[in-house]
Amino acid sequence: MRKMEIIAPALAGAALAGLAAAPASAQTVKIGVIGTFSGPTEQQGEMLERGLQLYYKTHQNDLPKGVKIQLIERDDTGANPEVAKRLAQELVTRDHVQLLTGFVWSPNFMSVAPVATQGKIPAISLNAAATKAVQMSPYMVRVSFTLPQQAYPLGTWAAKKGYKRAYTAVSDYAPGHEAEEAFSKAFKAAGGQVIGQLVFPAPPTTPDFAPFLQKIKDAKPDLVYIFVPAGGQATAVMKTSVDLDYKGSNIALISTQDLVPDEEIANMGDAIIGLITAGTYTSDSPRPANKAFVAAWDKEYPGSKLRPDFESADAYSGMKMIFEFVSKTHGKFTGDEAMDFFKHWKDPDSPRGPIMVDPNTRDILQNVYMRRMEKQNGKAVDVEFETIGMVNSLGQVVSSK
Amino acid sequence: MSEIVAASVSILFHGLAFAMVLYLVSVGLSVTMGLMGFVNLAHGVFAALGGYIATSLMTQMGVGFAPAVAAGVVTAMVVSVPLERLLYRRLYGADELAQVLLTVGLVFMSVAAGKFLWGPLAQPFHPPAALSGQIELGTREFPTYRSFLIVAGAVLVTALWLGLERTRFGAQIRAAVDNRRMAQSVGINTSGLFTAAFALGSGLAALGGALGAEILAIEPAYALEHLIYFLIVVSVGGLGSIRGPFFAALLLGVADTGFKYLLPEFGAFFIYALTLVVLLWRPRGLFGYA
Repeated sequence: MRKMEIIAPALAGAALAGLAAAPASAQTVKIGVIGTFSGPTEQQGEMLERGLQLYYKTHQNDLPKGVKIQLIERDDTGANPEVAKRLAQELVTRDHVQLLTGFVWSPNFMSVAPVATQGKIPAISLNAAATKAVQMSPYMVRVSFTLPQQAYPLGTWAAKKGYKRAYTAVSDYAPGHEAEEAFSKAFKAAGGQVIGQLVFPAPPTTPDFAPFLQKIKDAKPDLVYIFVPAGGQATAVMKTSVDLDYKGSNIALISTQDLVPDEEIANMGDAIIGLITAGTYTSDSPRPANKAFVAAWDKEYPGSKLRPDFESADAYSGMKMIFEFVSKTHGKFTGDEAMDFFKHWKDPDSPRGPIMVDPNTRDILQNVYMRRMEKQNGKAVDVEFETIGMVNSLGQVVSSK
Repeated sequence: MSEIVAASVSILFHGLAFAMVLYLVSVGLSVTMGLMGFVNLAHGVFAALGGYIATSLMTQMGVGFAPAVAAGVVTAMVVSVPLERLLYRRLYGADELAQVLLTVGLVFMSVAAGKFLWGPLAQPFHPPAALSGQIELGTREFPTYRSFLIVAGAVLVTALWLGLERTRFGAQIRAAVDNRRMAQSVGINTSGLFTAAFALGSGLAALGGALGAEILAIEPAYALEHLIYFLIVVSVGGLGSIRGPFFAALLLGVADTGFKYLLPEFGAFFIYALTLVVLLWRPRGLFGYA
């Protein structure tokens, strides 16, 4: 009895002292992640989420002592801007996040612009590619890519290669239209002729691309530039082009990297061999930083049939940017300080090669590569055969590498 | 002029292939909705199941095309029997909302199960070499597999019609659809008939799902995504009819393909406009009696 009378208050005193000591050095940075975890486009959300989580889980020890990052994830269920906006509002007002990130879909990213501006909360796009999106708020920044960035150099390259009659077919949403405009402009500027254009309804009502591809085939172009968002649609397009024997009719397909997302390549069979795309990332790149990234991926997701694609690599780099900033500031920062850091961030050795944020546009500047699908050891491998150079978000080559 | 002919041929061909797939999947739904008066929104689940079984057997175990499709059909039929006897049966004659809630719940469960068992990606479907590539018909080339779909569809449709017109089982179904009480009073075992008809409808759906995997990709949300097409085919065709959904599927398939070809931006919209017009003209569907 008497022992308890001494021990209990002593314990209480120690506990109180412990509690008082703790908050002084602990800082948890809450980050809202608006991702796509359900619905027909869940696959793209999964690729982004895996890249994000991979960096998050493997770099916990990089944070200074006492600093933690807490990811609060919410599901926008697809390209639903109203849902995304509501989620952003809740994350900012209820969960008190200091940063917003994720964003598979451009409409969703664009819808949170007012939330970012009003709350002075930086919104970082790990995927959403519409060029005008980052201009909608001074608190928006992008680490992924834009379509003109790849489509414009592609158009120039294709015309120089000797293709004369091109047909464009793109998905009916902002990145699709930007891709088409950039490609056509560049192709025409370099001497080619765009004989027709077509728009796939988005979201697609049925996954059957045959009527569209048949129409294109009937118009007899020598080159078709296709853009569909990465994922199942890419496979459907490739298979339909084989069904309709594009190769036999001397119609070449060309695209940006969305047509060859790494996780779908195994599903496409031999249809894809020889396909040329312009892109910023392929998991087959022999670059050491990429090899390390893919090895970490395989370790974290053993036996997974999903290969890391550009969404995963972009999300990985985005997390790196966030981690570096949080480490530097020990988790205490204002939105303006964050934007200042993000605007000037660079990573000369990312899985994609050298990447940096352009302080004038808050958009990403990176190498664009020309790649060709080849068969090596029975597997389809994307080979980077030419580096166009550092290209900005509008598709202009800023420096050659 | 020849461009118009070429375009029309393209549209007809692809439209017909699409129509065959739609019909195979939807005809079972027409029979169950007309026969059992049951709003079965989970019908697409059997099509997806047939597709999943067939594609898994073909890709992972190297089973041949015909046996894999047959296995898909048999699996769907076997699964449908306990489902009908234990779940659906309880809600015959019940309020439609209850039926909708039950079947929509089943659809969501199937989406989650599909994702859990086979992952979120669409299942790869590689038709056998004999049915791949191009086939020359006259001056044009057509994809072989879709040509096969059209022919197979026509054969199956004929078999189905003959089966329902010439067999006793078919006569019993037609009788029960027309007037269930009367059919019962002449000694037709309607409850056994329902199970059999449901199994048949589910088997046909599975056949449509497996054969049509090229056009309607097999992925977890299959039953939900294409539900609207199946419902349009059945309501425009007429519940309980076998012929009706065929013409509805033709109309839908060719029109959808045609609009996609000629006016891609508005493709989807015209189908709904067309459905609206037909249903305003014939609220029971083209051939409906239920």
